[in-house]
Amino acid sequence: MSKSNGNRPARIGFYVCHCGHNISGTVDVAAVARYAQALPHVVVSREYKYMCSDPGQERIAQDIREHALNRIVVASCSPLLHEHTFRTAVEKGGLNPFFFQMVNIRENVSWVNESPEEATEKAMDLARAAVHRVAFHKALEPKRVPILPDVLVVGGGIAGIHAALTLANAGRKVVLVEREPTIGGHMAMFDKTFPTLDCAACILTPKMSQVKNHPNITLWTYSEVSKVEGYVGNYTITVRRKPRYISEKLCVGCMECIEACIYKEGKFPDEFNAGLSRRKPIYIPFPQATPQVVVIDPQTCIEFKTGKCKKSCLEKCDRDAIDFSQKEVVEEIRVGTVILATGYKTFDAGRLPHYGYGKYDNVYTSLEVERLVNASGPTGGELILRDGRRPKTVGIIHCVGSRDRNTNRWCSRTCCMYSLKLAHLLKEHTDAEVYNFYIDIRAAGKSYEEFYDKLLEENVHFIRGRVAEVTDWTARPSEEGKLVIRVEDTMIGVVRRIPVDMVVLAVGMEPQFDAQEVRRLFNISCSTEGFFLERHPKLAPVDTFTDGVFIAGACQGPKDIPDSVAQAGAAASQALVLIDSGSIELEPNTAYLVEEDCSGCKSCLTICPYHAISHDEARKKASINEALCKGCGTCTATCPSGAIRQNLFEDEEIYSEIRGLLTPMPAEAQGGESC
Amino acid sequence: MRYLYYPGCSAATTGKAYEKSLLAIFRALSLSMDELEDWNCCGATSYMAIDETKAFALAARNLALAEEQGRSSGSGHEIVAPCSACFLVLTKTNQYLRDYPEVRSRIVQALDAAGLTYHGTVTVRHPLDVIVNDIGLERIEKRVTRRLKGMKVACYYGCQMVRPFKTFDHAFYPTSMDRLVKALGADPVDWPLKTRCCGGTLTGTIPEAGLRLNRLLIKDAVKRKADMILTCCPLCQFNLECYQDQIAREYQEKIHCPILYFTQLIGMAFGLGDDELGMSLLFQPPTRFLGKQKGEAAHV
Repeated sequence: MSKSNGNRPARIGFYVCHCGHNISGTVDVAAVARYAQALPHVVVSREYKYMCSDPGQERIAQDIREHALNRIVVASCSPLLHEHTFRTAVEKGGLNPFFFQMVNIRENVSWVNESPEEATEKAMDLARAAVHRVAFHKALEPKRVPILPDVLVVGGGIAGIHAALTLANAGRKVVLVEREPTIGGHMAMFDKTFPTLDCAACILTPKMSQVKNHPNITLWTYSEVSKVEGYVGNYTITVRRKPRYISEKLCVGCMECIEACIYKEGKFPDEFNAGLSRRKPIYIPFPQATPQVVVIDPQTCIEFKTGKCKKSCLEKCDRDAIDFSQKEVVEEIRVGTVILATGYKTFDAGRLPHYGYGKYDNVYTSLEVERLVNASGPTGGELILRDGRRPKTVGIIHCVGSRDRNTNRWCSRTCCMYSLKLAHLLKEHTDAEVYNFYIDIRAAGKSYEEFYDKLLEENVHFIRGRVAEVTDWTARPSEEGKLVIRVEDTMIGVVRRIPVDMVVLAVGMEPQFDAQEVRRLFNISCSTEGFFLERHPKLAPVDTFTDGVFIAGACQGPKDIPDSVAQAGAAASQALVLIDSGSIELEPNTAYLVEEDCSGCKSCLTICPYHAISHDEARKKASINEALCKGCGTCTATCPSGAIRQNLFEDEEIYSEIRGLLTPMPAEAQGGESC
Repeated sequence: MRYLYYPGCSAATTGKAYEKSLLAIFRALSLSMDELEDWNCCGATSYMAIDETKAFALAARNLALAEEQGRSSGSGHEIVAPCSACFLVLTKTNQYLRDYPEVRSRIVQALDAAGLTYHGTVTVRHPLDVIVNDIGLERIEKRVTRRLKGMKVACYYGCQMVRPFKTFDHAFYPTSMDRLVKALGADPVDWPLKTRCCGGTLTGTIPEAGLRLNRLLIKDAVKRKADMILTCCPLCQFNLECYQDQIAREYQEKIHCPILYFTQLIGMAFGLGDDELGMSLLFQPPTRFLGKQKGEAAHV
């Protein structure tokens, strides 16, 4: 396929997009089009409402044919969004798709400038630079590289589980890596799910055991990804598997070792019960933990701390599964695609000291209450407070660590609904008076509003207002021994004092504590609040800016179970799209060597971050592996003899672009219509 | 460490004990405090509510003078304002000058008329912030000669020091004074009312509202077995201390609680004399803790 136009003089088509009012609201697009028309080599210059639309694309193809254009410039949005669209249009018109240059006058101009004059001038400057550059563009062929069919899924909550099962059922091999000793994530801790009130464990645990038993899934719990190398289709992943001091192969989960531990009672906060109960140093997180394998916590185990334990656990195990000498194992796997489903963490209620969490015994977080009402929870599902009482009145405070400038500005999306659910469960368990203190009830979801209606009929109280404080300050005898919630009831415009026995803080959802490290590891981005950034908020919600890395569930933003599952399915199918295409087209922006100019000095070898350059001993020259090259440009800039060049970033392209940018406006445009 | 000192109107009058004790403990810590020369009204509450521009202009004049004096005398660019109202209005002016061009142009105009300029380099500090964060509780603890063992203290922050500009502590649940009290050997009581309104100027304008608020504070502190309430603002101290008789009359009940400045308590723990700390200026002195000499254990 050669669509090169050889050395014929450039005939440039220039198109400026209104993007509705997104661009034309600030930039005088007609003036930009007139201005471009006067630039050297520009044959056609047009403005159009939506260049990315079919008629817009067709216009380009038609102009190429009618006006024998050989270079195209489109001034519109970010190339991330539509560069591919316009390259395809250019190709449709019969040109090599790389005879095209895009100018971003939306994100870089109209959205960030308030003055129409300055914005229009900047758009003209950028247009002029692109016109100068595009004349030097060369015909290029995109590279194709094969894709490894195996997939890595990071995180074993409901999103990771669903993604792994979807892929495994489609016949793909999946490695599921989970940091905790069991999969299940937050969902395993929940009691019931809204709005259907079906038991979370009952719907989750079958999926957990499917993961464990699926022939296509390798499950590595208590493990973390420590290194990621390679590129889309060809990732090499290093996984550190922490020692659990129990052989996963030998242990059958009979738990006799736990019974035999020299600690007769649990002594250390039980993570699964949100610290409301105590576990031993040797434990299994919860009855349906997957895998059903015991784990020893070396931080609390006497043998690890003193080396002087009589190790009754060891004696008790008739399968010899306990191994105190177990060491960390480092595994390396090769996969083509990655799905990150690393979840979220709940807001630390201690950050709002005026709500009394950690100070007053009977102030709980919502996650603690999930355990408290659960039949396998610390109290066997009986609602007994920390001080031994049963609550007669309960206050649920919404938006704790959400929709708040002082903590997190975002809505955590799930709290309204789970608060309603907890209100229902608390009423069911205790027949207490339950108050919800809310800002707005956000019940946007299938059957959610109906659930809210149902709660209203159950005589749960709703008071609209952000709670000011929870105190033990009593103003009248009826408040003695109670926690007093002070709130402005914005419906009636008065400040109220509501004495309660129990306070539930509906804590919001935050990015995982190590989201930034994971982001760097997989070379993806985070949005300002710290959740993983999707490629496009509407049109590519599970893709990232790194090809082959997808995101699913609450690591991308607060999400309930149905949305997490939907996203997990979407991420799995996006991975399948890549895998089933067999190979992937890479941007041909790679470095290449002009061999006769290479002196074989080897300066480029060490600076390449992707190990794409080697030294050809026989010819005494550098050799660039274009499949590994990511087009970062470091070698091009480093090479002392200018022997390394880069496609799409050739010297003449860049210099011409700079020259274009710095050249004053031509006289005919300056004298023309004012902009 | 050198600081400029902005006394504000109350330091020489109703809050004299505050100034005395503040300067005494700074001397005891060998810290220099140079009073701002030719200072004027800070522009606080009444001005701010009636004519914002005048309030800003008044505050900005002080800041401009502070900038100049700090530069020429080498007293640095930090100005200590012990009254919470002064602290707030000076801090607010600083921030508005930085963030609101429209306010800035009005203030610049006003300063210009007085032949002054201000470049925004002055930092306004509350003495509690300076003591806890600059000097540090470790150094305070080392200087203590009379640990206030067994003394129960309700730390009262009021509103203006932490809201809306939480420059050094939590807006709703500050703890710096509590930590300071611990460093002096006393026990801070857990007190959810620590930032509730003292009534401000309401005690003068709508006494029934002001008295009600003060009564709530004093009664709850006493209920929590506090030996005293510790304040960091002359208006809070005045409100809490001076109306106790009136509250007793209005509500037909006994009410009594000593109200001290946090600086007085520090001085006590440093073994400074009662006179030096202005103890005799108090209407409700903490009699059973007074008259102790250096090194002598506190009476419990």
